[in-house]
Amino acid sequence: MNDLALIGPILAAMFAAATPLLFAALGELVVEKSGVLNLGVEGMMLVGAVCGFAVTVQTGSAVTGFLVAAFAGAATASLFAVLTLFLLANQVATGLALTLFGVGLSALIGQGFVGIPLEGLPKLFIPGLTDMPVVGQALFGQDIMVYLAVAAVPLVHLFLYRTRAGLVLRAVGENHTAAHALGYKVLRIRFFAVLFGGAMAGLGGAFLSMDYTPMWAENMTSGRGWIALALVVFATWKPVRAMLGAWLFGGVTILQLHVQGLGIDVPSQLLSMLPYLATVLVLVLISRDVARIRLNAPACLGKLFHPDA
Amino acid sequence: MPSHAETYPPDAPPPRLELRGITKRFPGCLANDHVDLVLQPGEIHALLGENGAGKSTLVKMIYGVLHPDSGTMLWQGAETIVPDPAGARRLGIGMVFQHFSLFDTLTVTENIALGLDNAGPMDQLAGRIREVSERYGLALDPGRHVFHLSVGERQRVEIVRCLLQDPKLLIMDEPTSVLTPQEAAKLFETLRVLAAEGCTILYISHKLEEIRALCSRATVLRAGKVVGATDPRQETARSLAEMMMGAELSTPERPPQGVAGVARLTVRHLSTTSDNPFATNLKDVNFEVRAGEILGIAGVAGNGQAELMAALSGEVLLADADAVVIEGTSAGHLGPRARRTLGLAFVPEERLGRGAVPELSLSENALLSGYAREPLVRGGMVHFARARAYAETIIRGFNVVAHGHRAEARSLSGGNLQKFIIGREILQKPKLLVVGQPTWGVDAGAAAAIHKALIDLARSGAAVLVISQDLDELFVLSDRISVLFHGRLSDSRPTHETTVERIGLLMGGLFGTPPDEDGEITRAV
Repeated sequence: MNDLALIGPILAAMFAAATPLLFAALGELVVEKSGVLNLGVEGMMLVGAVCGFAVTVQTGSAVTGFLVAAFAGAATASLFAVLTLFLLANQVATGLALTLFGVGLSALIGQGFVGIPLEGLPKLFIPGLTDMPVVGQALFGQDIMVYLAVAAVPLVHLFLYRTRAGLVLRAVGENHTAAHALGYKVLRIRFFAVLFGGAMAGLGGAFLSMDYTPMWAENMTSGRGWIALALVVFATWKPVRAMLGAWLFGGVTILQLHVQGLGIDVPSQLLSMLPYLATVLVLVLISRDVARIRLNAPACLGKLFHPDA
Repeated sequence: MPSHAETYPPDAPPPRLELRGITKRFPGCLANDHVDLVLQPGEIHALLGENGAGKSTLVKMIYGVLHPDSGTMLWQGAETIVPDPAGARRLGIGMVFQHFSLFDTLTVTENIALGLDNAGPMDQLAGRIREVSERYGLALDPGRHVFHLSVGERQRVEIVRCLLQDPKLLIMDEPTSVLTPQEAAKLFETLRVLAAEGCTILYISHKLEEIRALCSRATVLRAGKVVGATDPRQETARSLAEMMMGAELSTPERPPQGVAGVARLTVRHLSTTSDNPFATNLKDVNFEVRAGEILGIAGVAGNGQAELMAALSGEVLLADADAVVIEGTSAGHLGPRARRTLGLAFVPEERLGRGAVPELSLSENALLSGYAREPLVRGGMVHFARARAYAETIIRGFNVVAHGHRAEARSLSGGNLQKFIIGREILQKPKLLVVGQPTWGVDAGAAAAIHKALIDLARSGAAVLVISQDLDELFVLSDRISVLFHGRLSDSRPTHETTVERIGLLMGGLFGTPPDEDGEITRAV
């Protein structure tokens, strides 16, 4: 009896925990489909988190907060884009630097905001649906950002596989030389893809600081940016699989909390390692299927492009 | 303007395209030097020249990929600047690239949509693709992914993509280098139909016989300059080649083969499986190469050549040690170095990246494969003086044009680097030499030198295996020829008992054997 009562809250918490991962992973998926590997997701999430939080505290408007977070994420990403696309800096090194930069910058901006509480977003309530047993709260009792993240999945899928712009973006990631020869602006397309990735990472970060745990703490993303990166590979660059992956990792995160709550005697440090261990394990399993990776991985991922070479 | 020989009466229609004094300079080289070119409506015009003569640069400028430093371009009589490929397509210029600009993981329709400025909905486009491909005899399935397609089919994708835009000028860069003779003949039919409909075709090729059969005018480039314009039907292949080179062409003579010696390489029941979905698995390949002979393996790229090379070199280890026997020793389980010790030398198809490390100097590159059989390393330490001397011996012995042994491999032209790599292998006095595409993208002079070196090596008692797509080359070199198709190898035939047409049919899959279980053999092109 007790167990069944737990499932509802666990499910609800799982969807919420998956939301920041889903935002960031969808953004990075589009970036990687265009052939750019941006390892700075963690940094962009942190900048988005602190900017969204700060603006919401100042203005009292969560909408403004999220818009500013997306903008801040995109601005951070534009730094990466200029360095790697136009100045031809190495993408891996620049991405790592961007994460370190984001950690430092967000801590600086957030100095005056530590310990200030925020209300978080209102939860949906539909009488008759939300109070359904077990799944009611999970499906119909979330806040708007959780639904937005899920809605973004089919939108990204439709964009990539049903629109001409999406086709061009995939083509640029698959073979940038050929795309260039056909007259597509490889660098411009990648630039906008990177900005989109930054905005999505910013939203994911802001969801954490403004809603999931509504407060600012240094380094509060605690590795979620890296999990989002792993999720993209896990999903073999497919949006729907990225969503399933985000739920899986969200579930593992929540499970860890509940195991502690139930008083099962496992060292808490071991449990906090769980999501990351799961990431490594899943990546190893998924990478065994070389064929699937080869068919879906953008062939030009991480390669620099000179238009005149 | 020196070669402005063509004058046309004022009331005649203007030429389709006229170039006047086009000049393009790259750092350290003048790629095009005041090039003039006139293309008339409905003509098939050849652009000839050796590697580095500036052909590719010139057509890239016509297609808007590059921009001239000076000079003017007149399109149907009006001065024009082509800003980019989309602008070229709007004018009615289409281009089929030598290295296809296709996207492996996208479908035929998606690939074609990417090359059109008003593609429209995908299902309608698929219908238009079917229509055009039927009209010009270019069979294509719009829904397939490009990585499933043969090279000939890929080229059809490119051509259909151009045709969907009703081009007035179609540029073809080395279109037949990857086709079987039969596929090439079909392509010529299509091109003649197009020309009869008024489309101008600018045709770039190394294959001079082809140009004589197809083209009515030819412009010859050498070192970025126009050195002549001629009617190729009035020339011989030899005179055209000499025009390109600006020197006399010496073709190697193949002395009659002596008594075939012992088997130096024996391949028995060689089959491979690969995780890579783009790979072609080998299916029960059997052959042997004897001392003193050259065995040629023909076939269109992508039929298992890369896999066969990897299995022979030791890059991929085989489960069955007896599948590859070198000099009587089972070597299927041995790595490349152990096989080199047995007497195998190896020239891979990719010069930069497999044959040589682009960023290393020639002496370092000489060391990389030379150390197995030459005393270039002592006690784990590199003997640089010897490596240098070895590199210089190669450079002198094989007439490699390079700035000494310190030159980086990537700074050499394709032909010179290939001479260097082949020289490096031959000087190790191998008992068995395996060569992939020995003269791919190499100009006529260097190709003749490479052919001579391979023939000399075989006559000195080594066994030589040449895997190539170039039938002319195989007929010059080989004592026997086999054909690789869909991972299967045909029985070999003595070269003097077979013909280009016969081998061409085998390359298209007509092995004369009943179709196998998955019906692949019947899918002849």
